[in-house]
Amino acid sequence: MTAPVLSIHGLTKAYPGVVANSDVSFDVRQGEVHALLGENGAGKSTLVKMIYGLVKPDHGSMTFQGTPYAPAEPRAARAAGVAMVFQHFSLFDALNVAENVALGMEDPPRLADLAGRIREVSETYGLPLDPFRTVGDLSAGERQRVEIIRCLLQDPRLLIMDEPTSVLTPQEVEILFQTLRKLTAEGVAILYISHKLEEIRALCDTATILRLGKKVATCTPADTTARQLAEMMVGTVLHTPERSGRALGDVALELSELSVRSPSAFGCSLKGVSLAVRQGEVLGLGGVAGNGQDELLGALSGELRSAPDMVRMHGTPVGALGPMERRRIGLLCAPEERLGHAAAPDMSLTENAMLTGSLREGLERRGFLDWTKAKGFAEAIIARFDVRTPGPGNAARSLSGGNLQKFVIGREVMQRPEVLVVNQPTWGVDASAAAAIRQALLDLAAGGTAVVVISQDLDELMEISDRFGALNEGRLSRIRPTSELNIEEIGLMMGGAHDMEVAHV
Amino acid sequence: MLKLEKRPQPSKAWVWLAPVVAVIATMIAGGALFALLGKDPLVAIRTIFWDPLFSEFAFFYRPQLLVKGAPLILIAIGLSLGFRAGIWNIGAEGQYIVGALTGAGVGLMFYPMEGWFIFPLMVMAGALGGWAWATIPAVLKVKFGTNEILVSLMLVYVAEQLLASMSLGLMKNPEGFGFPGSRNLQQYPSAHNAELIAGSGMHWGVVAALIAVIFAYVMLTRHILGFHIRLTGEAPRAARFAGVNPARLVLICLGLAGALAGLAGMFEVSGPAGRVSIDFNVGYGFTAIIVAFLGRLHPLGIALAGLLMALTYIGGEIAQSRLGLPAAAIQMFQGMLLFFLLAVDVMTNYRLRLTWREVA
Repeated sequence: MTAPVLSIHGLTKAYPGVVANSDVSFDVRQGEVHALLGENGAGKSTLVKMIYGLVKPDHGSMTFQGTPYAPAEPRAARAAGVAMVFQHFSLFDALNVAENVALGMEDPPRLADLAGRIREVSETYGLPLDPFRTVGDLSAGERQRVEIIRCLLQDPRLLIMDEPTSVLTPQEVEILFQTLRKLTAEGVAILYISHKLEEIRALCDTATILRLGKKVATCTPADTTARQLAEMMVGTVLHTPERSGRALGDVALELSELSVRSPSAFGCSLKGVSLAVRQGEVLGLGGVAGNGQDELLGALSGELRSAPDMVRMHGTPVGALGPMERRRIGLLCAPEERLGHAAAPDMSLTENAMLTGSLREGLERRGFLDWTKAKGFAEAIIARFDVRTPGPGNAARSLSGGNLQKFVIGREVMQRPEVLVVNQPTWGVDASAAAAIRQALLDLAAGGTAVVVISQDLDELMEISDRFGALNEGRLSRIRPTSELNIEEIGLMMGGAHDMEVAHV
Repeated sequence: MLKLEKRPQPSKAWVWLAPVVAVIATMIAGGALFALLGKDPLVAIRTIFWDPLFSEFAFFYRPQLLVKGAPLILIAIGLSLGFRAGIWNIGAEGQYIVGALTGAGVGLMFYPMEGWFIFPLMVMAGALGGWAWATIPAVLKVKFGTNEILVSLMLVYVAEQLLASMSLGLMKNPEGFGFPGSRNLQQYPSAHNAELIAGSGMHWGVVAALIAVIFAYVMLTRHILGFHIRLTGEAPRAARFAGVNPARLVLICLGLAGALAGLAGMFEVSGPAGRVSIDFNVGYGFTAIIVAFLGRLHPLGIALAGLLMALTYIGGEIAQSRLGLPAAAIQMFQGMLLFFLLAVDVMTNYRLRLTWREVA
């Protein structure tokens, strides 16, 4: 066993009302990929922020390469040899790669010298990147390379990566893994945060699991099943969603050559999307974020209008109808963004139940609202979907992400949709809530609803969908039965236009 | 040290406490201001808040409360609907002027004919005039994406020119010996918005304000349109998802606000003011913005805030004449009210927390 690069002893950090980390201790060894696993809110982020000098621990100590280590700010952490790749990139679209890297440096060299070093590092680690390309033109995977290279130029001993694969196609993930393996071979330690269990089993040497701010276990992921890992994270036994065999009915929703311009300058317009979903069928749509998912949901919910014939419900053209009219005929949607799109943050759950339920739940008569009935509807959603909240009078923003997600999905599910479209139904939701949401979607399909699930979580799509298609730059791939697909084929479907080549070294 | 911490949800107590604390803070800061000007602060505050209601001349001031409060409330109710939806109509003053012109114009048109139908026609004309003036920024916003703040504000100055032109030209009293200004509608019974009970200050405008308060309250709490207005203000994207048509909402909110401001102008010109004149407008349309926010954009709050604002106007005038306080000091006092309200408002969504430990 190699020596620990970083040792953490009893780190504790409390915020008003919550203990984010309580007495966490573990070692990260030289040359290993160490996974940090846990649900949302388990305290992973706080822990790495303490290591990176963004947050000061209340108690506990750290040693880095044998010497006591207590960074007061990220600059001190970087000077000691700790680098971090954040989940959200901090890059300027209008500048080129070298300029972006220079901006992050304390004492940047001349741009031409820097470009040379960027080329050198990118070739050594199999991350092809032209230093003079404008960042705005790069794919998500390439932007991540910029961030990684920025870190590697500091020659770090410990590299922290926060959910690096959430924006990558499977092929891009493979490239990233090769890079990380190369780094560990040189003795760099990597602290890898993720909640994708299969990925961790494939990549990581050791895993530390956090639950509610405490360390639950340290184990070897390769020797542990994904299910065991998940159960350690959640602390309970998980139920796999069950799908019953079901007969498919008529085509409920049909898109033919749907093209819609994105309302946002940075959005992705839809280009000739065609698909058909039958009653009782679950269609999964994958794709890297920003490839037309939001626009597709908008075009289905009625927020974006198209030519009438481009969207049909049971053969009737609905492309020109607004959200209310579409709800009337049973086309319901749940957008990805919970706060501000699916729900109004400062409004109560009762008011948020009214938001989409007014029509189908009869909460409104001739324009006048029945708040008693709306409260009853909200209470029914809370009861059936196990939403943890003191009551329907609470503001939507007071709920945790997972609980609010259960509420907004439940709100649509309970309205007996003919067609239900959901975007990222389990994004940021803990494992047991995610299982409950998936089960609800499958139950709905079993009852004859046509379900469209747009998601970036491939495991989720493989688990619940009958057929699978991928969005890429606003176009939809061929739709194929899920049972005959493997992850690699899916990756190729998702990759579409922006396949990334691997440098040959 | 003191630290602001976001509340998980808005505090219900502070929503109602904030205006009270703001009024008290205004009294304290205003009192200090008056003391610096060499006046007894207690006397000044009493003159402004107490004398109009309870002094020996209160019988004279009390009706003024309704006369000054009604247009403020009527306009502020209309503005509050738009403000709730994030539609910023700053030009109520112009809509108020145009409503007065169209209302008075219809009345003058019938002069000297008498008839019960003349006043109702004037009411309709006043509302329509205000509506039309407010629809200009609304249509420009919907069609061309212009900023309604600028357009509605600039139209105030256009309306003022229109008012001057009317009082010097088309509507000038032919028997007025060349003086600018229209005939006095108070002397034209069919067009006069007289007091309903003599000496009470209660005219049709007060009734309209009361109806507007009830109407707005029911709409905001019980009707889908009010729900959509609130939703649009709080989460525009969620409103579109719910099925709100933003363009339609802009037309409705600006139109309603304009119609109410127009009504206020019409009731004023046919009642307390009596005639169209160059200096007819006294800033109700702008003060109503303060009233709307002071009343938390809530109809009942606006009714109270309108009366409070009217009180500071009347009390301010008394203080000017009796104590010799400068008019600017009174205006500053009124401004402080909004200033403190906005400051105290932070407490609705945040709480103060004392921390002794150094924050990392």
